[in-house]
Amino acid sequence: MTITIKGLTKSFDDTPVLRGIDLTVRDGELLALLGPSGSGKTTLLRIIAGLEWPDAGQLVVAGEDWLALSAQQRRIGFVFQHYALFPHMTVRDNIAFGLSVRPRAARPGNAEIAQTVDELLNLLQIEHLADRHPAQLSGGQRQRVALGRALAIRPSVLLLDEPFGALDAAIRRDLRRWLREVHEKTGSTTIFVTHDQEEAFELADRVVVMGDGEILQIGTADDLYDAPACPFVARFMGAVVELPVNISDGRATARGLDASALPVTSAPDGPGRLFLRPDSIALIPDPASPWQLSRKISTGADLRLTLLGPEGQEIPVDLPRRSAPPVEISQTYRLRPSVGALFSDDAAGAAATPIRLSA
Amino acid sequence: MTETAAPIRAKRVLPGFTLSLGTTLLYLTVIVLIPVAALILKGAEIGPARFWSIISAPRAIAAFQLTLIAALIATLINAAYGLLMAWVLTRYEFPGRRLLDALMDVPFALPTAVAGLSLTALFSGNGWFGQVLEPAGISIVYTIWGVAIAMTFTSIPFVVRTVQPVLEDLDPSLEQAARTLGASEGKIFTRVVFPQILPAYLAGCTIALARSLGEFGAIVFIAGNLPFKTEIAALLAFIRLEEYDYQGASAIALVLLFFALVLLVISNRLQAWAMRYRGAE
Repeated sequence: MTITIKGLTKSFDDTPVLRGIDLTVRDGELLALLGPSGSGKTTLLRIIAGLEWPDAGQLVVAGEDWLALSAQQRRIGFVFQHYALFPHMTVRDNIAFGLSVRPRAARPGNAEIAQTVDELLNLLQIEHLADRHPAQLSGGQRQRVALGRALAIRPSVLLLDEPFGALDAAIRRDLRRWLREVHEKTGSTTIFVTHDQEEAFELADRVVVMGDGEILQIGTADDLYDAPACPFVARFMGAVVELPVNISDGRATARGLDASALPVTSAPDGPGRLFLRPDSIALIPDPASPWQLSRKISTGADLRLTLLGPEGQEIPVDLPRRSAPPVEISQTYRLRPSVGALFSDDAAGAAATPIRLSA
Repeated sequence: MTETAAPIRAKRVLPGFTLSLGTTLLYLTVIVLIPVAALILKGAEIGPARFWSIISAPRAIAAFQLTLIAALIATLINAAYGLLMAWVLTRYEFPGRRLLDALMDVPFALPTAVAGLSLTALFSGNGWFGQVLEPAGISIVYTIWGVAIAMTFTSIPFVVRTVQPVLEDLDPSLEQAARTLGASEGKIFTRVVFPQILPAYLAGCTIALARSLGEFGAIVFIAGNLPFKTEIAALLAFIRLEEYDYQGASAIALVLLFFALVLLVISNRLQAWAMRYRGAE
C-alpha cells in the first residue's frame, strides 16, 4: 500500500505539533520516523492509524482517502509503545482478538482463527506461551504478542510506536533482526517511530528525520551521514563539533583549521558554521594554532581527547590509539577534518543553505 | 579480653509501627469486634431450639423475605444505573459534570430519615409522583416497591463510587488497540472495558446489597411497617427490643449479620475470580 501524505498539520491547544508534513511511503517499504521527543513523529503515526485527526491536509492510502475512514475501517496493525495487551485474555485470545470481534458475516470460522493464531505463534516463536496471560510475560515476549495481534488481521499497513523503547539493549538487538525478518516474510508496508538512530538505520529502508513538527530530511543512513540537510540533522547524526568559520570561495577558514581535505562548496561568502565528527578530525602539530590539547583519556581502542579553543570552547576529538601519531598534553594542534558539513549563517543560521561536503 | 560482638539490631526504616498498629487494633476491637462478639454470645445464650423458633416464626420469615427481595430489586436497579452513571461521569465532558459528580454523594450525606420523609411525601397519594401513579393503579407507599425505592436511594453511590475510579484509570491504549483491530464500540465495551471493571463492579454491587439489607431509617417512613407485609427485618429486631425481648432482637440481628458475612465472602470470591489473570503482577 502506498501512503501519500500532503500538507498535514495538527495543533494541540494552539501548540503546533505538525507543521505541514509531505511524505510518500512506498509499497512494502520499511520506514523509520526518527526524531527527538516532541518532534511530532508519534502524532504523525497516530494520524495514519486513525487515533488522531489532523487539522488540515490529506492522507491517501492505495488511492483511498483515509481521513474519511475510522480507525476500525482502515485495517491497520498498530503496536503500542507499552504493548496495550488485553490483560484478562491469554496470549492466544489476544492474538485472535481482531478476528473474533468481526461481525458474524465477515468472521472466519473458529478452526480457521485457531489456525491463523497457531501460524503466528509459530512465526513469532512463542508457541509455548499461548495459554499465559500478559502479566506472566517478559517485555520482549509481550512485544512479540503485540506484533502477533497486529499481524493477525493481515493489516494493510503496520505501524509501530517506539517498538523497542521499553526493552534492554540485548533484547532490542535480537528483536530488531527478528522484526526485519518478519517484515520480509509479510511484505507489508511498515512505519515505525524511534528516537534511536542506530535502530532506525539498522531496520529501515529509508529514514525520515523529524524535528519540531517538520520533516527535515529523508534518506538512507549514508545520505543523512554524508550530506545532512541542515545543522539539526548534522548534530543529530553525531557531528557535534561546531566551529564558527568564515566562508570564502566555498571554503571554510578559521584559525587553526586546515580545511584542505574538504571539497570546495558553493556556499556564499560570509560567516558560517562547520559541523564535524569527533572521529574524523586529524591533529597536526602546529605551534601557531590556538587549539591546545587539555585532556587525554584512553578507552583501549580510542583516545578521547579534549582540545581547548581560542574562545575557551572545548571540543572532543577521538583518535585510534594504536594507529594515530602520538599526541602530548599542552601541545597545540591544527584541526584537519576529513568529513564535515558547512552551513552559511544567513537565514537565522538555520536550514537555509544545505551544502554537501565530504571527502 | 575478648571482644563481645554485640548483636546488630536492624532499625526499622519507618518508625512508629508498634504504636500505629496497636492503636488501629484497639480501635477496631472496641468499635467492631466487641459488639459483634457480644451479639454472637447473646445469640449463643438462646439455645438452638429457641433460636430456630424465633427466626422461623411466620412474622420473622415474612420480614426476611421482604428485606431480601426488596434489597435484590434495589441492587439490580443500582447495578444498571450505577454503571451508566459511572460511565457518563468518566467518559464525557459536559457542562455541569462536576455538579453531577458532587450530587452522587448526597445519599451518603443526607440523613436517611430525611430521605425517607421526602420519598414518602413524593410517592404518597397527593405527592408529585403519587398523583400520577395512584390513578394508574400503581401504589408505592406502604408496598414492597416503597421499600425497594428507599433502599435504592441510599445505596446509589456504592456502585458509582467503586466503578468510577477503575474506569478512570483504565489504560486508554487498550481501547485504541481494540479499535485498530476493528472492534465495534459495543464489542470494545463487552470484550475489553467490562472485563476490566468487573471486579470493582461486583464489589460495588455487593456492598450496595449489604447496605440495602441493613437500611432502616429511610424505609420505616415509606414502608408503613405492616407486619407480614411491609415490615423489614431490622425494624422487627427494633420492635423486639422495644418489647424488652432481647433474645428475639439478637436472633434476628444475628441472621442479618450472617447475611452480611455471606455477602462479604461472596464478594471476595467473585473479585478473586475476576482478577485471576493478574498472575505475576
